[in-house]
Amino acid sequence: MLGLIDYFEPVTDNIGLFADAFLVTLEICLYGATGSLLLGTLIAACRVSPLPPLQRVGSAWVTVFRNCPLTIVLFFCAFGLPEIGINAPFFWFGIIGLVLYTSAFACEAVRSGINSVSAGQAEAARAVGLTFIQSLGTVVLPQAMRTVVPPLGSVIIAMIKNSAIVGAVGVGGDLFSTYGTLVSARGLPIIPVLLGVAAGYLLITIPGGILLGVLERRVAVAR
Amino acid sequence: MTATTPPMIRMAGVNKHFGSLHVLRDIDLEVDRGQVVVVLGPSGSGKSTLCRAINRLEPIDGGTIEVDGTPLPAEGRALAKLRADVGMVFQQFNLFAHKTIAENVMLGPVKVRRMGKQQARDAAMTLLDRVGITDQAGKYPAQLSGGQQQRAAIARALAMRPKVMLFDEPTSALDPEMISEVLEVMVGLAEEGMTMLVITHEMGFARRAAHRVVFMSDGEIIEDAAPQTFFTTPRSDRAKDFLGKILAH
Ligand SMILES: Nc1ncnc2c1ncn2[C@@H]1O[C@H](COP(=O)(O)OP(=O)(O)OP(=O)(O)O)[C@@H](O)[C@H]1O
Ligand SMILES: [Mg+2]
Repeated sequence: MLGLIDYFEPVTDNIGLFADAFLVTLEICLYGATGSLLLGTLIAACRVSPLPPLQRVGSAWVTVFRNCPLTIVLFFCAFGLPEIGINAPFFWFGIIGLVLYTSAFACEAVRSGINSVSAGQAEAARAVGLTFIQSLGTVVLPQAMRTVVPPLGSVIIAMIKNSAIVGAVGVGGDLFSTYGTLVSARGLPIIPVLLGVAAGYLLITIPGGILLGVLERRVAVAR
Repeated sequence: MTATTPPMIRMAGVNKHFGSLHVLRDIDLEVDRGQVVVVLGPSGSGKSTLCRAINRLEPIDGGTIEVDGTPLPAEGRALAKLRADVGMVFQQFNLFAHKTIAENVMLGPVKVRRMGKQQARDAAMTLLDRVGITDQAGKYPAQLSGGQQQRAAIARALAMRPKVMLFDEPTSALDPEMISEVLEVMVGLAEEGMTMLVITHEMGFARRAAHRVVFMSDGEIIEDAAPQTFFTTPRSDRAKDFLGKILAH
């Protein structure tokens, strides 16, 4: 028993560092999720819009960001954007990359939900005189919710895990960087530190999953 | 009404293809204010496409369509505004499934006409009373019978105070005992002078309410005559054949 406590000393001794890193990762995830959902919905709206140029922009967006490795997208943001004169802290470059990448997946989840609503609903909305945006916002998306929440949830959980790669690009101060700080720089044992890092991610993903379940039941009951 | 008043609906030289299928062939059709036109024809003859072209749910390849003298605008706000003036009733009702009957009727006036909620609700209740379903106002569409849903759909279209109403087989999805309750509402509208384009195979309605019957076949308008004339002395073989089939049962 005492041995086990000793074993995790690298974590317990640095619990403040872990806590700070956890908050940074949580922050990345919150910004990332919000941005990805908004952007993904916007791109999905483009894809189902009646305007062919917007449809093409939407499908090109998805093709590019869904098929590019996240690491490459992140490198473009972190090292490419400064090349063309855009400067910001790595933190924001990381979030931008994460959002660009995740938005493609969020878009496809939202779009499949939109397609699950019968075409007659949107036609009736347009026939009444609602604009495309109004019919999407008041008639189609509310009905798409039920089918959208589960796949969108998976997209966000995947994004939370991907946020570790953002750390690897050099955001610094997040959960993933804790590994570098404690193991590479200070030579602490690998396994207990990694277990601590993993626990930090689980602390976000598991409650996230539970929240998702609650939300799923909510939208399933709501008509 | 002066001689210069434009027809409510004017289609001239309208053509439409679905891929290689030519579904509307040089359609010329005018519907005057207050006129009730019934469109008949075999399945696949292009009736729905014609009806949907009028509010641009289906864009056309060539020709012009004008509603109350205004050519159909391209996709955008102007088109939404035009659609608000054209009521449409679908075969499958298409009531908004996540909204109550009252909310279905209120949505257009509130979102498109910017009417206050309370005023819209009062207007909705008046319309629901007119189509005889005030007691269903708080229910969701799935809780209503087909006939009630279709009457609600008519109320939803009327709530926009449309200049013209389009009906695409409004009673085809209904059980026989519910057809007349919907037709009654439509006859009432016709008697009040609403301009209507109605796709239906209900001969009774055509005889009672229509000023003209338009017969379509293979994307073309073959005949355009008064109901009595059309039903008793159809000119074309295709119309004779068609009438023979539908009057047989
Ligand atoms: N979205 C579409 N894509 C391809 N073909 C279509 C489409 N909509 C209709 N069609 C075809 O166009 C033709 C005309 O269809 P339309 O629905 O206008 O006929 P209709 O006269 O209303 O027939 P019904 O009495 O069966 O309703 C048919 O052959 C139909 O299969
Ligand atoms: Mg049809």
